[in-house]
Order: sequence, then structure tokens, then C-alpha cells
Amino acid sequence: MAPQIHWLLVLFAAIFTNNILLAYFLGMCSFLAVSKTLKTAYGLGLAVTFVTTSTAIINFGIYRFFLDPATSLFGVDLTFLQYIIFIAVIAAFVQLVEMVIDKYSPTLYMALGIFLPLITVNCAILGTSVFMVIRNYTFIQAAGYGLGSGLGWFLAIVLIAGIRQQLRFANIPGPLKGVGITMIITGLMAMAFLGFAGVANLG
Amino acid sequence: MMSSQAKKLLEKGTVSDNPIVYQILGICSALAVTNRVENSFLMGLALIFVLSGSSGLVSLLRNIIPKRTRMIFEVLIIATFVIIVDLVLKAYAWEAAKVMGAYVALIITNCIVMGRAEAFAIANPLGKSLLDALGNGIGYAWVLIAVALVREVVGTGKIVFTTLAQTEIAIFPAAVVKAMDGQFPLLLILPPGAFLVLGLLIWVLKATQGPTEEA
Repeated sequence: MAPQIHWLLVLFAAIFTNNILLAYFLGMCSFLAVSKTLKTAYGLGLAVTFVTTSTAIINFGIYRFFLDPATSLFGVDLTFLQYIIFIAVIAAFVQLVEMVIDKYSPTLYMALGIFLPLITVNCAILGTSVFMVIRNYTFIQAAGYGLGSGLGWFLAIVLIAGIRQQLRFANIPGPLKGVGITMIITGLMAMAFLGFAGVANLG
Repeated sequence: MMSSQAKKLLEKGTVSDNPIVYQILGICSALAVTNRVENSFLMGLALIFVLSGSSGLVSLLRNIIPKRTRMIFEVLIIATFVIIVDLVLKAYAWEAAKVMGAYVALIITNCIVMGRAEAFAIANPLGKSLLDALGNGIGYAWVLIAVALVREVVGTGKIVFTTLAQTEIAIFPAAVVKAMDGQFPLLLILPPGAFLVLGLLIWVLKATQGPTEEA
């Protein structure tokens, strides 16, 4: 929408004011499943950050050169195909990363390997690509947004995992245990992040 | 036709094994679109359509789809139905499509759809898969509408329709609105409200239903 926004501002806004998890609710499924301990939260957070940034850049290129009629090499409107192509790129990229890590760095594979298949269906990643198109970002803004979304998700899951680790010792009513209480602490966290509102704003 | 088995399948999805409350699937959109009752309703319909369509098709093709690459086939089938919904919404409900656009696209990664395809449709005949899809879809839709009712009514004091109809339903008597100076707790329609309301709703439902591990 606004091509004049500096990419660093986009990055900042994506982490704090427009956090992909706390303000747009994306990536909740794996967030709820994996935020029980800090260690796994770090692993998944890192993997998500890397994949989100890379796929945002790849999808940006594909959208510009093949789908968007205004800038495409063929001049044909293929925007209706964007979802299928984005998800295919994400799935293929995740598969590729998994194979590369497996071959060259067994330690990293041990740390991140189990999270990689989960990432394909993490809606934060597809969401980042879709938002990037809706908001009409330039290349550098899209890259900043991808990195910011990933880092924002990383920050949110690590913060919540830290709280959940402590909550193990709290006396929570039975039916509220697990998802219920996690939702409520996430709500409180989202409220805290509302404090950043006004610092920067993405349309 | 409505055998006891069919009823059981429907009941399981809508209540005792509700996808949002018990399977914890499809939370993203459950939070995102529930600041408006109307959007939740449309989203519920969209999901029921995509879920029934993809479950049905996956079930029909279950003997042809190769085991190793089944995930890719499932994703492609789901994405196809999502594109149909997206185009229909854009054609007939442009305002709503603009607001929900990204979240409609994200039905592709909505774990309910993938989950039902993978856990049920891939191994069951067409009729059963459709019932299972319908049950889960309705289960998703009613939770969405319930959350939205709380958020919109408490957060703004009224229910606004812009796509399905052009009306506004005032919930509270004018005197109450005047006494509150037209100020309602805006927090509920802001993002944190979504987390809080859904968290409390899950608490209430689990507390009243009791643990249903055996179901």
C-alpha cells in the first residue's frame, strides 16, 4: 500500500506492533503444540524464521515474474493460482532444507529436523506470503517483512514457552489446563504488545 | 439413512470431539475472524464447503493416491477448493472478501481440513467421510459464531450485518447504551480479546462436558 515505508520500519512493525502470532493469530497450531518447553520453542522458532524469510523472498519473485499481470513475463493474469503456488513452494523448500541439513549438518538436523515437517502447515509462513502480496510490498520491504514475521513469531513462542515452563508448578483448575490457560496467557501477552501500538503501523 | 452410526459421526465432530475445543485444530482463523458475527458465519460456511469437498474427493481417490506422496495430493485438493471459495466470495461478497481474504487463503493450512483428510477420509468410504467432514465443519462453525457473538456483542454493543443483509441489531436497550456513553470494552474486539474469550470458552466447555478421553 505504502511504498514509502522504510524496510527497517516494516521489520520492526512485523515484530512488535503487527506481530504475526499475537495480532494476526497465525501459526497457532504448532505454537500450542510446541510451546511447552523453552528448548523446543527455540528450535521451532529458528526454523520458522529461516523458512519464512526465504519463502517470502522466493514467493515474491514468483509472484512478480509469473503471476502478477502488470509485471509478469507473460502478461497473463495468473493471480488466482497464487495460493497453490505459494504452498507448493513452501512445501518444496521445507523438503529441500531438510535434505540439505540432513546431509551437511547432522547436529543441526538433530536440533531442527523434527520441526521441519510441521512447518509446511504452519499458517504463519503461508500467511506472510499472502500478506506480502495483499500489502503490495516492494522487494526489500517483502524481505524485511518476512524476516520480521519470523522473528516476531520466534519472540512470541519463546516468551510464552518461558511462562508455560513456570506454570507447571501453578495450581490451575483441571479443565483450564493446557490449551485454555495457554490461550489466556497469550491474550495477556497480546495485551502487553498492544503497548507498542502507534510506534509503527502497517496498513 | 440416518443410522445411529451416522448420528454418532455427526455428534462426534460437533460436540464430543469438537475440532477446536478438543483436537485444538484450526485455531488461527477461529481467532482472526471472530470480531464480527457475520464474518464468522461466512468463514464457517467456507470451511464446511472446503472440508466436505476435500474429504469427499480424498475419500473417492483414496485407492489411487500413492501412499508416499499423499500429503501433496491432499494439499493440492484442498487448495483447489479454497480457490473456488475465494473466487465465489470475491464475486458475491466483495466487502467480506476484502476483510477475510488472507484468512480464506489460509484455510489451505487450516489443520482441521488436513487433519480430517489425513486421519479419516484417506481410509474411509465416501458417505462416512462426508458425514465426518460435515460434523467437524459444523463443530468449527458453531464455536466460531459463539466466540464472535461474545466479542461483538460485548465489545461493540450491537451486531452489524453488511453482506448478508444491511442491518444493525442493537442488543442493549438505548438507556444502557446511553448510560455507558456508547463506550463498550473495545478490548474484546481487539486481538487480545480473541485469545481471552476462546480460552474461557474452552474452559467452560471442558468443565461442563467433563473429560471425554474415552469417546
